[in-house]
Amino acid sequence: MRPWPGTCDHLFVPETPSGESTDLAPPRLERRADRRLVGGVCTGLAEHLGLEVLVVRLAFAVLVSAGVGVVAYVALWLLVPQRKEPQTRRELGQLFAYGALVLGLSLFTWGAGALNWAVWPVVAGGIGVGIIWQQADPERRRWWVRNSQAMWLRSIIGILLVAAGLIAFLAQKVRPGQAGQVLLGSGVVLAGVAVVLAPWLLRFWRDLDTERRERIRSQERAEVAAHVHDSVLHTLTLIQRNSHDPREVQRLARAQERDLRAWLYEPKADAEQHLAAAVRKAAAEVEDHHGLPIEVVCVGDCPLDDRLGAMLQAAREAMVNAAKYADGEPGDQGRTSSLSVYAEVAGDEISIFVRDRGKGFDLDAVPEDRMGLRESIIGRMERNGGKAEIRTAPGEGTEVRLEMRRESK
Amino acid sequence: MTRVVLVDDHQMFRSGVKAELGASVEIVGEAGDVDEAIEVIKTTGPDVVLLDVHLPGGGGVEVLRQVLPSDTKFLALSVSDAAEDVIGVVRGGARGYVTKTISGDELTNAIGRVAEGDAVFSPRLAGFVLDAFAAADVPSIDPELDQLTQREREVLRLIARGYAYKEIAKELFISVKTVETHVSSVLRKLQLSNRHELSRWAAARRLV
Repeated sequence: MRPWPGTCDHLFVPETPSGESTDLAPPRLERRADRRLVGGVCTGLAEHLGLEVLVVRLAFAVLVSAGVGVVAYVALWLLVPQRKEPQTRRELGQLFAYGALVLGLSLFTWGAGALNWAVWPVVAGGIGVGIIWQQADPERRRWWVRNSQAMWLRSIIGILLVAAGLIAFLAQKVRPGQAGQVLLGSGVVLAGVAVVLAPWLLRFWRDLDTERRERIRSQERAEVAAHVHDSVLHTLTLIQRNSHDPREVQRLARAQERDLRAWLYEPKADAEQHLAAAVRKAAAEVEDHHGLPIEVVCVGDCPLDDRLGAMLQAAREAMVNAAKYADGEPGDQGRTSSLSVYAEVAGDEISIFVRDRGKGFDLDAVPEDRMGLRESIIGRMERNGGKAEIRTAPGEGTEVRLEMRRESK
Repeated sequence: MTRVVLVDDHQMFRSGVKAELGASVEIVGEAGDVDEAIEVIKTTGPDVVLLDVHLPGGGGVEVLRQVLPSDTKFLALSVSDAAEDVIGVVRGGARGYVTKTISGDELTNAIGRVAEGDAVFSPRLAGFVLDAFAAADVPSIDPELDQLTQREREVLRLIARGYAYKEIAKELFISVKTVETHVSSVLRKLQLSNRHELSRWAAARRLV
């Protein structure tokens, strides 16, 4: 069997998932760092929907005054990723927007009546934190986050400080009866802090995930490159050097194909432990050694035991026999094609068939002393409680059938 | 003479096939991706399309999806023996599956059989089908489609062992035509059965 020239295929071309965005699709929903007033949500949304920014902003203003808008805005701000582009300088418009936000909140608290003096510092502090957060560029944030040891230390110190402060406060100021109320108040403050930190943690986690995926991908690429270099490129060099010897070229090509195929498609299986892998390995060795292509088909699989080990030896011997004797002299033009090996596991019954399309022979005429057939195949199978049958006739090719029952446990 | 269209994205491979097939068939067109393939098949209306499984633009399956039903028969070719590739194109409507290392004579033979409406199973495809239909005790929704008959199983085992149809016929004392009928029936089951193994592969690749 002569393989065609150029039987290489796009082994490394992954199938492109359908539905990849085309030019006609709307731009992805991303927050814009430039041209934003507060978080860039409206700008991004407008772009994605193909609407005027002003319209979207007005819509949000209306929604905010109704209350729902705040939640929606915050949710979008948290979930929609920011487009990767250099952040522009803060503009006056943004300052104005923050100002309006503060004013709105203070009016709201004013309107709510009581507590307004107590809420003011919280509002101011919250907005301050927000602005600092906004100002810090992603690289800096990542740097802070990366130094995880320092982060742990910081977190622990922070928690200790908070705890110490609370205990000191409670011990000094609080009468026993008020403890519950104070604890509630502290809880609220902590919840506020958590709310401030939540987006930070969320982003941290997302960044980390992206980075991990990138790393895995680049590792895989490196592995592919290394494999291609070690195997394919070497084989190609060898083929060029041996171009005068067609048999050697074919052997090299087959071996490389088998190797690549196993690497690409077959799950890693241990040839010491499982039948199918062991049969494939034996066939590969015979193929390499004798330069005759062997097609292996396995149906089912089972763990190897001593009897199956013996059966495998017999099968291997049958393959070697076929490779040696089935054809004319090595190098003959009429040398046939291929050897088929079929291994099947059906319950406890295991069969292996080794078939060649060679010249065949007259079974009765085989000299008594030909050890390969009598001892290594038939004798070995019978000693281990299996049986071997050989069917052949001149011109018909040969088939060796091996059958064995698995050792009952 | 059988009119054939070659679909493969490797120019070198197409010329190789053309050289191997020689004058035994008439090559009426070639294509290198899905859109081209559909165009060429619609304009030339060939008897058989030699279809590469991996094609830019959605793969061989996409071509099958857009062209079938039609009088044109498809024979899938691939370098890969991955089960999901095999199951994908066969369930997509290809009448057979051979690997690219097949010799020129065998390919001519396979094209002839597909043109006559028969199925072409390589030993590996036979092994895979046996594997997929192996466990007999699986509860089946439609026993007629979900299980192979004893005879079909025997035929598949012989194909997997490297027997040609003629040799199978001789071995089982049946006619070559009967062997072909069994293989076609297996193909039909493969395409229509909802057996768990088959549907899982199909679902994993979004082929259903």
